[in-house]
This record gives sequence, C-alpha cells and structure tokens, in this order.
Amino acid sequence: MSAASRVVAASLASSVPARRRVRDALFGAALVASILVALVTLGALLVDTFLQGRPRLNGQLLQNMPSARPARAGLQSAILGSLWVVGLAGGLSLPLGVGSAVYLEEFAPRDRWYIRLIELNIQNLAGVPSVVFGILGLAFVARGPLGWGFTVGSAALVLTILVLPTVIVASREAIRAVPPSLRDGALALGATRWQTIWRQVLPAAVPGIATGSILSVSRALGESAPLLLLGALTFVTFNPDGLDSGYTVLPLLIFKYASDAKAEFHVVAAAAIIVLLAILLTMNTTAILVRNHFQKRRA
Amino acid sequence: MAVAATTGASRGPEGSFLLPSAHLRRRLRVEKAVKAALFVAALASVATTVAIAVSLFEPTIEFFADIPVGQFFSGTTWAPLFRPAQFGVWPLVTGTFLVMAIAVAVAVPCGLGAAFYLNEYARPRTRAVVKPVLEILAGIPTVVFGFFALFFVNPQIVQRLWPFGGVGTFSALAAGLVVGIMILPTMASLSEDAMAAVPGALRDGALALGATRREVCTKVVFPAALSGIVAATVLAVSRAIGETTIVLLAAGSNPRFTLNPGEGVQTMASFIGFAGIGDQPTGSTGYKTIFAVGTLLFVITFVLNLISVRVVRRFREAYE
Repeated sequence: MSAASRVVAASLASSVPARRRVRDALFGAALVASILVALVTLGALLVDTFLQGRPRLNGQLLQNMPSARPARAGLQSAILGSLWVVGLAGGLSLPLGVGSAVYLEEFAPRDRWYIRLIELNIQNLAGVPSVVFGILGLAFVARGPLGWGFTVGSAALVLTILVLPTVIVASREAIRAVPPSLRDGALALGATRWQTIWRQVLPAAVPGIATGSILSVSRALGESAPLLLLGALTFVTFNPDGLDSGYTVLPLLIFKYASDAKAEFHVVAAAAIIVLLAILLTMNTTAILVRNHFQKRRA
Repeated sequence: MAVAATTGASRGPEGSFLLPSAHLRRRLRVEKAVKAALFVAALASVATTVAIAVSLFEPTIEFFADIPVGQFFSGTTWAPLFRPAQFGVWPLVTGTFLVMAIAVAVAVPCGLGAAFYLNEYARPRTRAVVKPVLEILAGIPTVVFGFFALFFVNPQIVQRLWPFGGVGTFSALAAGLVVGIMILPTMASLSEDAMAAVPGALRDGALALGATRREVCTKVVFPAALSGIVAATVLAVSRAIGETTIVLLAAGSNPRFTLNPGEGVQTMASFIGFAGIGDQPTGSTGYKTIFAVGTLLFVITFVLNLISVRVVRRFREAYE
C-alpha cells in the first residue's frame, strides 16, 4: 500500500462504524498472527536445535568419522561426501541450466510446439516430488542402463537433474532482465548472435545467474529424500575419493543419527544440523553479497 | 544471422572480395555448433521426464502383473515387505491425505495472511525484516524440519495438547504441522506475487469509496489475485503430498488405515523412502512396489501441477 493511500485510510478510519472497526482490528491481528507463526517456529527450531546440539559442537565432531558408538561419532566423511556430491552437481547443472536458458531466451522460436513442450515440461519437473527423482536414480543410474551403483557419481547426477529446473528458471529470469538495447547495440556493430550473448548478455546476467544457482546448490546440499534410495544411509567410515566411491552426505547422516534409538545420537544429530545450517547460511550470504556487489557496480 | 545471409548471397563475378572470409566462415560454424549444443541442453529436461516415465512405468506394469489391480485399490492392509505380503494401498492414501490436509490447513491460511500483511499492511521497514526471515525458513532442509517435528513439536506440543487419547513417538499431526510450516513461505511468496500484480488504482479507488484496509484486502485484492492464489494452493497441496523426509521421521513407518491425527501413519512418499532404505533386490516384488507407489505419486502431483499452470494461464486477470 502506498504512503498516500495509507494516509487516506488513516484519516477515513475515524469515520468507520464501530462494528466494522472491530472486524478490521481482528483482521489485522490475524495477519500479524500468521507472520508470527512463521517467525516463532523458526525461532523455536533454531534455539531448540542449538540447545540440544551444543554439548557436541566441537572440533572432534568435524574430525571424527561416523560411528555406531555415540561418544565417538563424527561427521567427517559426510561433510566431504556432501562437498563431492554437491560440488559435482553444481558444476554439471550450471552449464546445462544456463545453456538451456540461453537457448530458450535467445534462440528458440517461441511459437513452435516443441518449444512450448520444453517450457511446460520444465515447469512440471520443478513440481515433481524429490523422492521421485530418487526412483529415477535407482532405476536408471544406480541400476538399470547406467548401473553406476550407490556411488558419488550416481548421487551427483541425480541431484543435477533435480536442481536443473530451478537453475533454468533463475537463469532465464536473469537473461530476460538484460535490456534489449545491449543486444541491439552489439548486433548493429556486426557481432554475431553468439558473440552478443557471450560478451554482452551473459556478463550482464551474471548476478542473477549466480544468485539463482547458489540458491539451487544450497537446495541440493539440504536434499535428503532422493538419496535415501541411492544408498547414502550407511555408516561410511572413509572419505570419498572419486566418482565411483561409496559415500554418505550430511543430511542423510543427520537422518541416521536422528532415527537411532539411542538418545545420545540425537545430540550428535542436533550438532550436525548446526553444522549444516552454518554451511547453508554461508552460501546464502555469499549469494546475497554477490548480488549486491554486481548491482552496485552496474548502478 | 543477417550478416551471414547477405555475405553468402552476394558472390558477384567481380565481387570475390565479398566472399565470406575464412575468419567469418569459422565464426558462422561456431555459431551453428553453439546453437545446436544449447538446444541439446534444453532437451536435457525433456529427457529427464521421459526417463522418469520409462523408469516408473515398466516396473509398475510388471508389478500389476503380479498383484491384481483390484487388490491394490481395494485392500486396506499395506504390508508389501512382510510375509504374507499384502498390497492394499488405502492406508497409504489415507495417510497421505491426512498429512496433506493438516499441512494445507496450516500453510494456506498462514501463507495468505503473511502475503496480505507483507503486501498491504507492512511498512517498508517491517517488510525488509520479515521477508528475509521467510526466505531463511524456505531454505531450511527438510531433514532439519523432520528432526524438529520428532524431537520438539511432537513431545512438547502434540503429546501435551492432543485431547483425544495418548500420542506415541510418531504422529501424523506433528508431521503435518511441520510440513505446513515448510510450505508456508512458498504459499506466502507466490500469493504475494499475485497480489503485487493487482494495480494500485483498484486499491485507491476502493479506499476513496470509503472501504477500510480489510475490505480492500478481502473484496478487491483477494478476488483480483484469486488465480495466483489458487495456483499457489494447488502447488502447496502437491508439495505436501510429495514430502518424504519430514513424514518419515515424524510420522514413523507404520501404515495405518486411519484418519486419527494422533497416530503415526505412512504416506506414499514416505513409503518410497522407507522401502528405498531397505535396499530391495532388483526385480523382487518389494522393489517393484516402490515403482507402483511412485507412479501413483508422480501421476497425482503431475496432474496437480498441470492444473496449477492452467489456472494461472486461464483465469489471470490482465490489467494494463
């Protein structure tokens, strides 16, 4: 609501009959309550997890390997597993996603049926439950045609496919936001389509693409459901050393510790959650800083 | 492209200097190759959908060769991994519906309320604080929500306040409430987008006619943004149905044919996760069950997403 209409509303409020004023107040209170539901829950979640996990939040937690003995259980192989899997998934989904976005925004003949099909398909994929991607991974990647087994490579490929629609949508928005005058100028000076895109459009779209892809990668980092089907739910006491290595990831190790019957493991799970949230917070802050940095430079 | 056409066409007898130079020809080849490569990248998403469909449907057909369709859709006992195995899918359907209904009952009103507040009530300063907090909530991993549901919401809230009978370690209520909180930010931000698209002139007109801010919200902004709000709701339903980790942690893995929120349940998605953990041997009926339930889940969410896309396109009110 604009400042002007706020003033109008305020000056009119005094002439509103009592019953309507009570209703207005109740409505306003309900809206504030809806916001509070979100804020209070987030607060409770963070405080409760921190209090539960604090006793185990130390260097040992990061250095020790996962273990069936709660006193010695740590996170090392899971943290490295997450870095491997998510790093690969990010590295694969970025060129594929930006490539699709460039094609759809800059080359695609809009009115053709197959372009509309691709677009509808991306929208739909974004809404497919993540566990279904796990089924795809189980049937196609881990077993079946590719047969890579329960490895870092399988997990990375499935997470790539999972975050691809998000990367495409974010990159398309960033590319669309580049002013057409930039393209026209480059084309008028004799640049080819691709030269225009590579030297003018993409550099101008970097902040949007970077922000969108960091957010997608952080989604991959927190993802657990598809990897349940890809054999990540085991105590892995070695660090992954390649695409065909066995692995576990941080969210799945948290799942394992949390669903253990022994209460000591729940403390480890809470501590692991703090580590995971800290990594995610760092990534999201980076995304925001990147966006602000580029926005300032352009202005 | 235009450059390419003229240069190629103007090979006059004396105009050999107009022939595309080696440099330009190489550039045009690069151009074509790049375009083809990008098209292939765009096809990757289509290939994904095809792969999902193929990988789901083949084992599903094999599954229904073993288990009669009638038993699957009429039975009320779900025990596919036990002996004797039973394949009545109804406990999973009721479990899914229960968790979804609770989640939607939290996410839709609160998400709408949050969107109204942010768009129509909040001052810019409040907005600048509340909006990022909602974004943080949207970024919390589901396993963290699951932990919170299992070790905080269920013991501290559900077990204490649920008036009808005792609640065990797992409950559909705790899972549903937390799934609702998880989808709340999505519901809020999609509804807010829809509300922000309603032109200010409509609000000003209503205010000038003596409407209060509440009446502007409920009688002007809400109807004008309805298509976006409906689409957001459908998407919220679809995400609640597909949520796996929270439900698996907080509602347990015992499929019960019940609509009592105080009991633990299994949903279609959480069954898939549960069976996947067990590492079923390829080709066994247990393995094929994952795909049969997966197909059901995929079809339901696919239809919901199609509806959501359609609703936005068909009922969008266009304002100039």
